[in-house]
Amino acid sequence: MASSSVSGHISKQFDQDLEDVRENVLKMGGYVEQQLADALKSLIEADIELAEQVLKHEYNVNKMEVDIDEEVIHLLARRQPAAGDLRLTMAVIKTITDLERIGDEAQKIAKMGLDLAEKQGPKAYYVGINSMGNHVFRMVRGALDAFARMDTQAAFLVAKEEPESDTQYAAIMRQLITYMMEDPRSISGSLDAMWTARALERIGDHARNICEYVIYFVEGKDVRHISIEELEKEISED
Amino acid sequence: MPQSKVETENEVDYAMIDSNEKNTVMENTGGHAIDMNSLINQEDKLILEDEEPCININDFNLYYADVQALKNINLSIPKQRVSAFIGPSGCGKSTLLRCFNRMNDLIDIVRTEGSITIHDQNIYDKNVNVAELRRRVGMVFQKPNPFPKSMYENVAYGLRIQGINDRKTLDEAVEKSLRGAALWDEVKDRLDENALGLSGGQAQRLVIARAIAIEPEILLLDEPCSALDPISTLKIEELIYELKEKYTIVIVTHNMQQAARVSDYTAYMYLGEMIEFKDTSTLFTNPQKKMTEDYITGRYG
Repeated sequence: MASSSVSGHISKQFDQDLEDVRENVLKMGGYVEQQLADALKSLIEADIELAEQVLKHEYNVNKMEVDIDEEVIHLLARRQPAAGDLRLTMAVIKTITDLERIGDEAQKIAKMGLDLAEKQGPKAYYVGINSMGNHVFRMVRGALDAFARMDTQAAFLVAKEEPESDTQYAAIMRQLITYMMEDPRSISGSLDAMWTARALERIGDHARNICEYVIYFVEGKDVRHISIEELEKEISED
Repeated sequence: MPQSKVETENEVDYAMIDSNEKNTVMENTGGHAIDMNSLINQEDKLILEDEEPCININDFNLYYADVQALKNINLSIPKQRVSAFIGPSGCGKSTLLRCFNRMNDLIDIVRTEGSITIHDQNIYDKNVNVAELRRRVGMVFQKPNPFPKSMYENVAYGLRIQGINDRKTLDEAVEKSLRGAALWDEVKDRLDENALGLSGGQAQRLVIARAIAIEPEILLLDEPCSALDPISTLKIEELIYELKEKYTIVIVTHNMQQAARVSDYTAYMYLGEMIEFKDTSTLFTNPQKKMTEDYITGRYG
């Protein structure tokens, strides 16, 4: 049964509880999105102050995760949600885990930003990192948007973008290897850049996961660990 | 230390390459001590279509005078499974349950159409012996209804009606049934006491013992826990879980969590219609009908 609403329970309090949890997930999503944007900016523009701010704010992301976890535990204990409500609850629990991980990756990127800001050498690979950063940032934003509207089609379109981040990651790797072979002095900086690309690639995976939870909630179908083609087939058959 | 470890590993590698039984060595050293495949292939999901049916209900209608209480019910109740009927008051779930042992015959204004077959025999056939049917299809009601007799006589009652009076046979049957109903240890020393002195939970288990003493094939439970406290309820639920080894169980309950806990399959009924009948896990996580979803999530009304 396709479902996308949290309201309509006989218990208005239950409606409210679910709505509160959903809103808090979106707030957390917005915060993580900002962390990612700031982390990328601090890296590209060598903005040490902004990078330090990202590191400082990471604590808030963790706190949000813990708070939402607690809310959900209360909801489970008191309401015993079923069917669509149960799937929403599960989707929330999983989504905030992925959001928290995105927060962690953003923190790593900001750390690389601090490192790289102090290093000399060519920054040509920033072009690739910047482009990949924009790509996964759009994915995160799209995933959160799909979550907010509980829109499976939007979720699918975002999930479809995930292999592209893998491709970009591979391209950056090749580029960095070339730099390192040409000039051993670039190895240290290149490794940092590699870790950044790796973090971005992971963020793309997390964004796709969130999209899969949206599809699970709305359609009741578990679409994890399948190819994009299979995913498309799953959500088109109804 | 770390280096020597690497060396040992290398040695093992060479040994494996040299060995003719390369594959077995790989399996034994590289694999886990436990069979990983057995962990992955744990597909014990229940599939309704694969079950052996016990009760078949075909195009069944039931009327209380002019009021139609059951509308064209088609259903197969699987054998040796627990099937639960849920739905709001007046949806016909108890009425349907009572059809399985023709308890509705006791109401004059009831009229039925269609068939209910148990082992290919339509139980609404003219030549069906209703007493015999009710021996095969036992029933337990909402309120425990022990007879005002000793516990022993309560459990032995059905057998005595069948003309069994041999003390040894009865003793054995009473103990077996009380053990089956998880009550033996609590009452074995006072079987001669009046059953009316039992607590609600104990009385309900006594009634279940009475029902299984005559070894029915099917056990109908009509809200068996709604008059019981949570602990007694859990004991009955545990009992239901054990009883399905031997019996086909159909339970009507207002308590959705109970249906979710004890049943293998759940049917949602509404206004005399069978809306959805599915394995319980699917029905409670991903019902196909919006009406079912609304009811189990508390949106009905």
